[in-house]
Amino acid sequence: MSATLSASSDVSFAPLIERKFPDGSVHLERRPASDVPTVVSTPAASVEAARFLRDDPAAAYDLLLDLVAVDRLKLDGPPSFRGDERFQLNALLYSTKRNEHLRLRVALPASDPRLPSLIEIWPAADWFEREAWDLMGIRFDGHPNLARLLTHNGFVGHALRKDYEAGQRWLCTDEDVLQTKLAARSDLPEDVFETMTLNFGPSHPSTHGTLRIVLRVDGERIVAAESECGYLHRCFEKMSETHTYTQVIPYTDRLNYCSPMINGNGYARAVEQMLGIEIPARAKAVRVVLSEFSRIMDHMVCIGANLVDLGGLTTFWYSYQAREEIYSLLEACCGARLTSSYARIGGLSMDVPDNFVEWCRKLVKSVTTHIQEVDTLLTKNRIVQKRMSGTGVVTKEQAIAWGFTGPCLRASGVGYDVRKDKPYDGYDEVDFDVPVTTAGDNYSRYLVRMEEMRQSLRIIEQVIARLPGGPVVSDDYRVVLPPKEMVYNEMEGLIFHFKNVFEGIQVPAGEIYSYTEGANGELGYSIVSDGSGRPYRVKVRPPCFPLFAAFEKIIIGGMVSDAVATLGTLNIIAGELDR
Amino acid sequence: MNDKNVPLPVARIAPPIAPGVPSTAGADFLTTQLDALVQWAQKNSLWPMPFGTACCAIEFMSSVSSHYDLARFGAEVVRFSPRQADLMIIAGTITDKQAPILRKIYDQMPEPKWVISMGVCACTGGFYRAYHVVQGVDEIVPVDVYVAGCPPTPENLIHGLIELQKRIQSGELARHREAKTYVPIRVGTDPQVESIPAWSKSVMAPGRAHGHEFPEMADTAEAEAAEATKDAVGGKA
Repeated sequence: MSATLSASSDVSFAPLIERKFPDGSVHLERRPASDVPTVVSTPAASVEAARFLRDDPAAAYDLLLDLVAVDRLKLDGPPSFRGDERFQLNALLYSTKRNEHLRLRVALPASDPRLPSLIEIWPAADWFEREAWDLMGIRFDGHPNLARLLTHNGFVGHALRKDYEAGQRWLCTDEDVLQTKLAARSDLPEDVFETMTLNFGPSHPSTHGTLRIVLRVDGERIVAAESECGYLHRCFEKMSETHTYTQVIPYTDRLNYCSPMINGNGYARAVEQMLGIEIPARAKAVRVVLSEFSRIMDHMVCIGANLVDLGGLTTFWYSYQAREEIYSLLEACCGARLTSSYARIGGLSMDVPDNFVEWCRKLVKSVTTHIQEVDTLLTKNRIVQKRMSGTGVVTKEQAIAWGFTGPCLRASGVGYDVRKDKPYDGYDEVDFDVPVTTAGDNYSRYLVRMEEMRQSLRIIEQVIARLPGGPVVSDDYRVVLPPKEMVYNEMEGLIFHFKNVFEGIQVPAGEIYSYTEGANGELGYSIVSDGSGRPYRVKVRPPCFPLFAAFEKIIIGGMVSDAVATLGTLNIIAGELDR
Repeated sequence: MNDKNVPLPVARIAPPIAPGVPSTAGADFLTTQLDALVQWAQKNSLWPMPFGTACCAIEFMSSVSSHYDLARFGAEVVRFSPRQADLMIIAGTITDKQAPILRKIYDQMPEPKWVISMGVCACTGGFYRAYHVVQGVDEIVPVDVYVAGCPPTPENLIHGLIELQKRIQSGELARHREAKTYVPIRVGTDPQVESIPAWSKSVMAPGRAHGHEFPEMADTAEAEAAEATKDAVGGKA
């Protein structure tokens, strides 16, 4: 289970770093080959290091994926770790030009952890820094609005610190929740007749109950906007720390609840990579098939709900019919319609039904029909085109700067898809295309999703045509529960079962960033293990988070009704956004 | 419609016919029949306001979609405006940040109104025993029906709706409103749901005594509740 440390020379620009930072303030860290390469910087040199990593053509890390703050209070550090460096801030980066991931790590002291804001280098850092301040209490000098993001204003303390009690609640009052920066601003006398403040959400049908946008409108035109999230912050990351690795799987289902299978698979894959175990071919194939069906479900909800928001209810009934049919398959596989909890670390919880392949074939046919129906209703519909073409435009540069991934990035002209660019679970063995458009407006995002559904069907057809036999779960009983006959009849089986259930899977101490293609973009899991049965820290890279962070910038200058269309095509899923 | 078996409301604690219209039940035969008629009408014309926040909202969408079609059970018109709705379906986790909004929306709904708490997160906080999650929406609003499941299947939600309709028809809920007693019903088999008290106090953080105002029914004396139940049983006999 031990992974070998890769030489730091794996990173092509290693000599450049040594030349640029001869004092060693920025240097490479040795990481296992399964993890992403890591550059360590001192807090003072972090901005310079970040600028180097973004601008140097040998590095060119132009897309900030995530900021992961770790409280190392209860973690025994590696030899390089000094006791006074309690916090770590990891910026996860991606280069769209070189197709490489990188982690930029900064260690911070226990008292008053602060570092310069990275917002100048990567605008996407805005909300990620607010989140790190809110939950971990790390200050960012130079951040324009370092306010709480996920928890409410009446909250005291920083919830993800290790000395914060998981169940400690702080009640929220009206004043706490309603005061955002824009809403709190008093009307200037000269303003009053020109613009007005409009509160939009969170209880509004097109904000799906959990998103809030405060708008300053001049007639119908938006002149300023501020979006707010956290209305569904249900503490996924804190809950993960109090459960065993296996018990976290049901929580992952409830992140992006439109496509739960993908989340569970991504999480299981991350832990499997930490353990260094390989899952059986059949498990991989079934994961791919059900992930792709989930992607179709997600896109169907996105398009259906978007059209409901735009005033066309009919599409919703068609798109939901496809979902119901896919639900039936999921229910036959794992017993649950929505929150499947089907993935297990090491494979799947149980085998698929005997008629799985025929069922999938039938489903591919009927879903193709449903996609065609939606296509007939919408694609050449004049109203749809008028509402969606040219609204909510995101240029390629903006999409990269704001940290977009997934369909929204591909609609803006960057063809990054984890399934294609960093294939996993056998995606490299199937033939499929990654649809890319360049307009970056709502209509292109719609078109990308439509085509992705067809490509998903293509993938499914190819995988079920040669679905491997054999077990669906690994036979490594340190990780997987042994079969019942073994538990009842053999001493070892009983011991393995007991230890797996009571102590949890023992994941070796270490850290990983593992990523898969979620329905909305790159779904990443940063997991830190202290060698016990429970994760020390789990951080999800939610694809929605940068999308919604950028929303307030996209809608400026547009109409209020266009903002509704844009919110729909960005496909913000609150469970994943707020975690 | 088999309305003959439904006991008529007891005159002494009959509900008001409509807000502001005092009940004349007990004065003569005709008006008690009118109450039953009003209740029958209310039962079959529920207008749900989905307070959907999370995964349960997706299953709620399934429930109203073509396959399950909640409309068949007399809850046709889904309204996102609380002013036009009389049934609030709380579908999804309610966080502390969301709580004041939930209460505000509830207050905006006109009487008579009912609440279905859909899913274990809304019922008890579910498996989110955490720093930002309300441990059951009955901290904030009175709940008439708890539907278990994570998320509940559409069948389970429909079952909950039918249970609610039964109680609207029988006048039981209205009587409890009048007497300020409150006995919610639970649908589903989740043992966790069985064990919740009707009015669980939230875990208040020390030093933060101010919080939500509990709904009026929270301070009901137990004796009063027992008496009302006794009366209702006696009335039937």
